[in-house]
Formats: sequence, structure tokens, C-alpha cells
Amino acid sequence: MKVLVSIKRVIDYNVKIRIKPDNSGVETQNVKMSMNPFDEIAVEEAVRLKEKGFATETIAVTFGVTQAQETLRTAMAMGIDRAIYVPVETDLQSLTVAKALKKIVEKEQPGLVIMGKQAIDGDSGQAGPMLAGLLGWPQATFASRVEVADGRVRVVREVDGGLETLEAPLPALITTDLRLNEPRYASLPNIMKAKKKPLENLTLADLGVEPEPRLKMLRVDEPAKRQAGIKVPDVATLLDKLRNEAKVIG
Amino acid sequence: MSILVVADHNHQTLRPATLNAVGAATKLGQPITVLVAGHQAAAVAQAAAVLPGVVKVLHADDARYAHFLAEPLAALIAQLAPGYTHVLAAATAQGKNVMPRAAALCDVALLADITSVVSADTFVRPIYAGNALATVQSSDKIKFITVRMTAFEPVATTGGAAAVETVGATPCAIGTQFISQELSKSERPELTAARVVVSGGRALGSADAFKTVLEPLADKLNAAIGASRAAVDAGYVPNDYQVGQTGKVVAPELYIAIGISGAIQHLAGMKDSKVIVAINKDGDAPIFSVADYGLVGDLFQIVPELVKQLA
Ligand SMILES: Cc1cc2nc3c(=O)[nH]c(=O)nc-3n(C[C@H](O)[C@H](O)[C@H](O)COP(=O)(O)OP(=O)(O)OC[C@H]3O[C@@H](n4cnc5c(N)ncnc54)[C@H](O)[C@@H]3O)c2cc1C
Ligand SMILES: Nc1ncnc2c1ncn2[C@@H]1O[C@H](COP(=O)(O)O)[C@@H](O)[C@H]1O
Repeated sequence: MKVLVSIKRVIDYNVKIRIKPDNSGVETQNVKMSMNPFDEIAVEEAVRLKEKGFATETIAVTFGVTQAQETLRTAMAMGIDRAIYVPVETDLQSLTVAKALKKIVEKEQPGLVIMGKQAIDGDSGQAGPMLAGLLGWPQATFASRVEVADGRVRVVREVDGGLETLEAPLPALITTDLRLNEPRYASLPNIMKAKKKPLENLTLADLGVEPEPRLKMLRVDEPAKRQAGIKVPDVATLLDKLRNEAKVIG
Repeated sequence: MSILVVADHNHQTLRPATLNAVGAATKLGQPITVLVAGHQAAAVAQAAAVLPGVVKVLHADDARYAHFLAEPLAALIAQLAPGYTHVLAAATAQGKNVMPRAAALCDVALLADITSVVSADTFVRPIYAGNALATVQSSDKIKFITVRMTAFEPVATTGGAAAVETVGATPCAIGTQFISQELSKSERPELTAARVVVSGGRALGSADAFKTVLEPLADKLNAAIGASRAAVDAGYVPNDYQVGQTGKVVAPELYIAIGISGAIQHLAGMKDSKVIVAINKDGDAPIFSVADYGLVGDLFQIVPELVKQLA
């Protein structure tokens, strides 16, 4: 069985973002970029499935600017076998990502697709379930444990009240949550090896998909700042403030 | 224009999040229909029928909705959606699981986690862990939306008198099976609906410290307990305690962050709380930048002292 993962290059989670002066978006020039952390978890899970003998081949896909190919190399340095790069000039919306991935899935016929539960730039968290819907596949989102056996996958999901276990026949789609695994670092020899792994180029036109944005970003603003607070010297003062100033406790 | 709100419930009662979703729908100023899909969930349909502003309840009762699996629910929502201009649900684990799938089946985008309604087609939603607010206009015929609970006032639980109409289940042949669930048991208020939240971070150091240090304080304040990702990853508390960009978003009257540094991903989930207290031994910890009241010191001394003085 092939395992396909999608990865997005995003502003690194440690960066304090800046809004463009004309409020048209968030500054991405000269900012540290990394693989979306949830996609790193997806890559790690795919590589583990191969190491355990469940996957025969692992493939990573990205839609992004030229530099996104570096992110694919990172995925291959972590152990992904080959990659598919689809150039796009502007950020693709989740529905288009799902439609384009559907075409790639139809071509590659993976038994399992693993995606991030959300990209930490747009925080929209929808490409995964959208793709599952378009494919008519089972979905198991927010996975914290994945086991493959006998043509089925069993997934433990993180839900609002705790954990839930589902089982689905393959092919199926999974989105990752934080506790699924701890992604490995790529070793230097593996980074060298990754340079020789196959990286295929496809265009949206090849896939027969158009980047039809349905959501227009009118503007981006800074959220309201909280008023600076104070430090209190001791517990008694804190309680006095909470009771008599903030009036939030009795 | 008319609006469909997908209820989040447990077959017996409506989850509070549904009241916020109806609150958001009310802002659109149009008749609201609530969809209650469940199994033996007549009580929920009745509860939805008396929400103010609700003109109709669609009740789909079928064993296939017993575990709220995304596949059959999305099929049902997608079948009903073309009768509406807007389809809303709360951005709960269920809403986030089901709504994008249903939207894709209708070939429309989803506006995730909106915090404000600007007009019938324009909404505000946080991006980059809430460090930016995007104003987004949708050109889709049906607007699929998930609603950030903390951004909208809940509607009252009485006042309406809507008719309940039964709808049949939509066929769905996808073979996902529910196996089991392991829900965190707690007598405490629900994290996202609590008036006071006491949250602990990595500094607690153990599951035991959550019990012996944090719980007595939460007891005194009748608070829910939350946590940072670091505390969840370390196994001190279950996953559903995580507050943040990728956990739960809370906005209680009082949020007490204990031994939490205040990473942007954590702030994303709590910075809209009314009053924030931070207890941290590092006076430069970023959590103090959002705290109304900060107390610098060792939590293992401060928290027991706090409990004592609250007595
Ligand atoms: C993709 C992604 C998603 C994430 N999502 C979330 C999320 O949703 N929620 C979230 O919380 N995090 C999230 N994180 C993690 C986040 O970046 C931080 O790593 C995390 O919040 C840190 O947790 P912490 O503050 O408990 O630990 P630390 O950062 O280690 O802070 C511990 C704090 O305790 C203080 N301390 C230590 N000992 C004591 C003592 N005895 N008394 C008082 N204070 C003490 C220290 O001074 C320090 O400030 C995410 C990260 C990524 C990459
Ligand atoms: N441009 C992209 N290229 C590859 N994968 C993507 C892209 N955008 C989104 N994804 C995948 O879809 C997941 C959810 O993204 P989103 O719906 O944007 O939050 C991500 O974790 C990725 O796995």
C-alpha cells in the first residue's frame, strides 16, 4: 500500500508575524518558513508505517512557491520516498487543495492519505475532511494513534470530551493531532540522500484544477491589544484585587 | 435568505456551543432552522424548538447518527444545505470534523471559526493563532461557517416555539465504524463554558501535582481545569484539557495561568478572557504581557497559600 501525505510550507511557529502596512495580508518575505508542524507529524507517521512494513511507498505532495520544494526535500530527508511538487503563485484555498489532491490520489491510488489537522497559517483546518468527502472515503480526523491491519485502519481521535476510537476500511484519510508522534530530525546523511530522491513536477493544469478562490480576503487587521496589567506583591493583594477591583470572585 | 444551524448535542441535551452558534446565526437577521441529527434525540429537538429566533427544527433520528460519524452526518447536511443561504455550526471537535466534509460535498468553501459577522457574505476570522484578524468575503452560494463560541453570546434556552419536522436519514455507504470512547470524567464545569478556568503548565511537573496543587484551587473557585500543550504532552492531564491555537478556545470571567510561559499558541486560546492572572517564577515570562494581575514566584508556595486564604 502507498501512503500519501500533503505538506504545506508555512511561517515557522516561533515567528511573531507582522501584518503588511496596507492591511492586505501577513508579511511572508524574509521570514523563517518551515513545514507545517501537523504535516511533519503526518510525514513521521507515513515513514513509520513504511518502517513497520505496512506501507510499500511513501509520497509527499505540496502546492506552493518555488521554495516549497525545499520542504519536500525535508520530508524526503525524514524518510519519504518521493515527492510531487505543484507550483502555485498565491496561497491555495483548502477546497482547491482538496480538489487537486483528489486528482493526485486518483492517479497514485494510495491506501492511506495523511494530512495535518490544520495549517497553522490560515488555521482553517478543513482540507483533510474536504478531500475525504470528495473521494467518498472514510475519515478519521485529529488522530493520536493509528494502527493498520487487515485492510483496515484503527484510529484513536482527540475529541472535545477525551478520546474516541474508530475503525475504517482502507482506503481512508487521516488528519494528525499533536500527540500522534514526535517527528524525527533529518540526519545529515539522510539530507544528502534526499537530494537524489525523485521529485516530480505537476501543474494545476495537468491536474485539471483551477485555483478558484471562493473566499476573498478583504483586509487583515491587528487584534485589539490587552491593557497592560500590574504585578502584585503577594497572595493577599491578588485576592483583594480580584474581589474588589476586578470583582470576579466573591 | 434562511439559515440552517447544525446542533451539537449528546442525544439528551444541547451542548452550550449550539447556543452560541444560534447566537451567531441571529446576527444574520433571518429565520433560523436547527438540524438535530441523532439517535433517540427527541429531547434535544424539543430543546432546540424553544430557542428564541428558531422557526423550525429538522429532526433526523437514526442509529447511523448515534456516534456523530462525519460520513453520514455530512451526507445529511449536504442534502439539506441547498435550501439555505447559510449553514452554521459551532467550531467544536464535531463541527470541525463534519462541516468541511459537508461543504466539499456542496462544492463550497468553509469559513472556519468566525468571530464576527460583518454582513451576509462577510465575516471576520482569526488567522495565525489569532495574531491577525482576516475580514473575508465569500462568493459561494451557500456559506458554510463554523463559529467560535467565545465570540458570540449564547441565546436563551427558552422563548421560542418552533415546529419540529421529521426528516429521513440520508443514505451513506461508507464503512467507518465507531469502536469506543474514553471520555474524561469530571464533576467540574465544562472547560469552554466555565466562569473560571485554572490552567497548569509544564511547571506542575506531574499528574499528581495537578491533583494536589491545582485541584484544591479549582474546587475553591468552582473552576474548570485547563492546561498547556506541554502539560498534556507530558501526560499530566488528558488531551481535552489543552487550551490554545490547536486546543480549546476559552474566554472565562477569570483565567488563572499557573506555571505556563505564554507561548503564542497558548495565548491564542485564552487571551480573550475577561480577567487574566499569571503565576510564574520568571518575571519576564510572556504570559505577563496579557495578565491583568501577575504574581512572580514559585507556584508550589503561591497556590497552596491562595487556597488557604480563599478558605
Ligand atoms: C503546532 C503547534 C501547536 C501548538 N498548540 C498549542 C496549544 O494549543 N496550546 C498550548 O498551550 N501550546 C501549544 N503549543 C506549544 C507551545 O508552543 C508551547 O510549547 C507550550 O504552550 C509551552 O507550555 P508551558 O508554558 O506549560 O511550558 P514552558 O514553556 O516550558 O513554560 C513553563 C513555565 O513555568 C514556569 N515555571 C517553572 N517552574 C515554576 C514554578 N515552580 N513556579 C512557577 N512557575 C514556574 C517557567 O518560568 C515557564 O515560564 C503548540 C506548538 C505547536 C508547534
Ligand atoms: N498548499 C498546500 N500544499 C500541501 N498541502 C496542503 C496545502 N494547504 C493545506 N494542505 C494540507 O491540508 C492540511 C489542512 O490545511 P488547512 O485546511 O489549510 O488548515 C494541512 O495540514 C496540509 O496537510
